[in-house]
Amino acid sequence: MSYIEIKNINKSHYNKRNKKRAPDDSTKIGFIQVLDNIDLSFEEGEMVCILGPSGCGKSTLLNIIAGFDTAYDGEVIINDKKVKHASSNHIFVFQQNGLLPWMTVWENMELGLRNIQDTEVKNERIMEYIELVELNGFEDHLPSSLSGGMQRRAELARALAVKPDILYLDEPFTGLDYLTHLKIREEVVNIHEYIGKTMIMVTHFIEDALIMADRIIILSERPGRVLMTRKLDFPRPRNINKDRGLSELRDEIFLMLGVSYVA
Amino acid sequence: MKWINKNSSFLLPTVTTIIAFALWEAIVRFSGWSNQVFPGPSLVFDGLIELVADGTLFKHTVASLYRVTVGFYLAVLLGIPLGIILGMSRIANEMFNPMVQFLRPISPLAWIPLAMLWFGIGDNPAIFLIFLSCFFSIIMATAIAVRRINPIYFQVATNFNFNRTEIISKLIIPAIIPDVITALRLSIAVGWLVVVAAEMIAVQSGLGYLILDSRNALRMDYVMVGMIVIGWIGLCIDIIMQKFCKPKWGAY
Repeated sequence: MSYIEIKNINKSHYNKRNKKRAPDDSTKIGFIQVLDNIDLSFEEGEMVCILGPSGCGKSTLLNIIAGFDTAYDGEVIINDKKVKHASSNHIFVFQQNGLLPWMTVWENMELGLRNIQDTEVKNERIMEYIELVELNGFEDHLPSSLSGGMQRRAELARALAVKPDILYLDEPFTGLDYLTHLKIREEVVNIHEYIGKTMIMVTHFIEDALIMADRIIILSERPGRVLMTRKLDFPRPRNINKDRGLSELRDEIFLMLGVSYVA
Repeated sequence: MKWINKNSSFLLPTVTTIIAFALWEAIVRFSGWSNQVFPGPSLVFDGLIELVADGTLFKHTVASLYRVTVGFYLAVLLGIPLGIILGMSRIANEMFNPMVQFLRPISPLAWIPLAMLWFGIGDNPAIFLIFLSCFFSIIMATAIAVRRINPIYFQVATNFNFNRTEIISKLIIPAIIPDVITALRLSIAVGWLVVVAAEMIAVQSGLGYLILDSRNALRMDYVMVGMIVIGWIGLCIDIIMQKFCKPKWGAY
């Protein structure tokens, strides 16, 4: 049995306008299917990237795996336990605004470490991760006084400081400028290699998935079905243009998602 | 120009005030009304000196401020917690929101007959009216502010295992502070409006009473002193609220 088992996940939204349905659609009338029979399994320590066109339900799937969304059919089993609610051991990094804006970086970092009684241990832990994401000197800043990239790094540090078993990343590079995007992507890859924990990331950047992932999942347009799941064992650091296998895989994915020509 | 920019927050209002006084004086001179009907600035200033000298102005101002303060604090102490409950619980909201919306448009002045009957003559009916005028807007603004909180913050709270107290103290209260402060600023201004009206009917002291009493004595200069003091205190209250109630993280 794999570390994370996702079994026959079906999810639909209520929509009162949906009076008709396609012949092969088993959804109840009045509902719109978002996820269609998702069946996946991931190994411990893997970096999984879930790719798909916008609106395909990939964020919904991540919310289900993380336990935030419980209104679905099917089962998510992590480490032999059924997921019924969010766990403080599995930290979610949000697309944006994940830091509480009325707390400084330091106070935000403390959120996940409230159960550590020894202040010295706690402070050391916070400093370790602030240094890891190179935010030294910004501990007492409020999120609003940080740039978008620094906010993302602070949120990563807050998540990592918990030493979570699993890290969920929901389009973590959205809204960043290109250079910051590449830098933080590299940091996440390095962090993954350093801590070796399971990470599940949702993204719509195919290049990000190819550079980062140990396993790529591709979802179809709504209702989201699994189009492809592939294990990637290309050597790192990866370069899509220099590695024939990677660039061929990229073209294959583009074709699969309906883009036939890539400059 | 540089000097003006530097001191503009003091200089420009002063200039407008001087112009306003000059206009006032000019209208008095050319209107043809007698000093009893429309007293000019100098006469009103004399009246101000008299009222300050014999202590009546101070006594009335303190009486009004006391009523507004007590009524406002009661409204804050009850309104904010109840607003948080209404904002957090769908059931509480559905039970009590129609009631709040029903009571809110009833002018506090319409309560005067009942307030006098229930609380007699003195501070209490006025305090009750100010409480009413502030309470409903505070409860509503708080409830709306709670419902407007970005749902991501609640997900963060779930993810980091907040208990109920932590959700309220670390999430809801800091998140609603900017909105609630705006509501407090607006409602204390309304309370200050209402106290004058309440004092014209239910009590024998306060700035509203000063104005009514001076009218009965045909002392329009005292009436205008009362009006000026009311406006000036309203301005001060707003400046104080602005100064002391800036949340450090600003609007987000």
